[in-house]
Amino acid sequence: MKWLFHLGRYWLFLKQAFSKPEKYSIYKRQFNRELDNFGYGSLGIVALVSVFMGAVITIQTVYNLVNPLVPLSAVGIVVRDSIIIEFAPTMISLVLAGKIGSSIAGEIGTMRVTEQIDALEIMGINSAAYLVLPKILAAIFIFPFIVVIAMFLGIGGGFVAGVAANVISSADMIRGLQDSFLPFNVTFAIIKTITFAFLITTISSYHGYYTEGGALEVGQSSTRAVVYSSILILIFDYIETQLLLA
Amino acid sequence: MIELKKIRKSFNGRTILDDISIKLEKGHTNLIIGGSGSGKTVMMKCMVGLLEIDEGQILYDGKLFSGIDDELKKPFRQEIGMVFQGGALFDSLNVEMNVMFPLNMFTKMTREEKLDRVNFCLKRVNLVNVNKLMPSEISGGMKKRVAIARAIAPNPKYLFCDEPNSGLDPRTSIVIDNLIKEITEEYQITTIVNTHDMNSVIEIGDKVVFLYKGRKEWEGSSSDILRSDHKELDEFIFASKLAKALKKSGL
Repeated sequence: MKWLFHLGRYWLFLKQAFSKPEKYSIYKRQFNRELDNFGYGSLGIVALVSVFMGAVITIQTVYNLVNPLVPLSAVGIVVRDSIIIEFAPTMISLVLAGKIGSSIAGEIGTMRVTEQIDALEIMGINSAAYLVLPKILAAIFIFPFIVVIAMFLGIGGGFVAGVAANVISSADMIRGLQDSFLPFNVTFAIIKTITFAFLITTISSYHGYYTEGGALEVGQSSTRAVVYSSILILIFDYIETQLLLA
Repeated sequence: MIELKKIRKSFNGRTILDDISIKLEKGHTNLIIGGSGSGKTVMMKCMVGLLEIDEGQILYDGKLFSGIDDELKKPFRQEIGMVFQGGALFDSLNVEMNVMFPLNMFTKMTREEKLDRVNFCLKRVNLVNVNKLMPSEISGGMKKRVAIARAIAPNPKYLFCDEPNSGLDPRTSIVIDNLIKEITEEYQITTIVNTHDMNSVIEIGDKVVFLYKGRKEWEGSSSDILRSDHKELDEFIFASKLAKALKKSGL
């Protein structure tokens, strides 16, 4: 029944986080700081994962597609749709859960155990709103851009790897990439990304905010934040795929 | 003035504060002393509203503070300054921004006015040329002084200090004690200090309250404390060999 306790407390925590800010200008400054942290700070790892992800998908698809009745341009379709529908939003969100989720839980958890959150409360500041709301909004705003960049880099990585390894011609690949493209797939990916951004920031903040103890417990909160964010990303990935694509 | 009326607080059935009534006067340095686990920190957290009491009342200048809604507590909280045991400075902000923080949040002062106030407060705690340093770049004693500067920046009516001398060398402890005393008298603040430090008790304690096992066992002035014949208080005050030797010699 412990999960019910956490669910209830998580709900109350969200209610507190979404209450009226004390001063909009301060929250705006925090929002900009988080945009920089989440966006610029994540671009390197996102680029690296996306390029290699695209490359591996291309080579594995060619390797498995040995049927002479299937045109090689189908590789382009498979690579494009896998990256847009699944790999860019879900894989990149899992990577961001690791990078950003642990950082959020660690930052807020440290603030809790060093009494910085108590200091905010005593000043009459809604600490949950001040610390968490700018993070949620910044993630919801910036994650879709990161995922769109990941889509381009993934497809680009796949194209370069396929052509460089001489497993597919550039003409076949381009034909495949352009063939029967559904713009809704991008919308679907963005919807998923926004959900994942919300889950990562709120779950990680929740675990950080309710940390008790010292350095050891801050580490445990960070681990829990990453684990629960990742599990919920996978569950919501399935739910949204059922709801929007099935 | 802060008044506690018959307050009780327990955790999981274990009583931490039991039937405590105290009056803490304006312009005085009120010291709460007691051994580890005596309930000092819990009492201070109840007084500032970080913990809710189970029974009794807490009044700030006659106005009820305990048991009221968080929104109603906000005006009280904006009159409270608190110095935490570890300083609780915000790691991501430099010294200047830390002191400016409550001014940014709750005042409509211009940037120049805020900067003047910050520099005044830092100078008041004897800190100069540290504005741009991060909390990780300053010593423990300086952190405490920045914390005091941040606490007094919005002109509080009530100042709470939770073990302000912990982790400091004796000389820095005296500096911090004197600073708290001076600020209290200068701005006529109601100051409450939790401490183990006997030097603080003797030097700055206008009023001393002794807690033992969650109960108020004794209260009086710092001069009364040395003449007290209260057994637990005597054991607490004269716990060290040095203090015992001084008592024996009549100093």
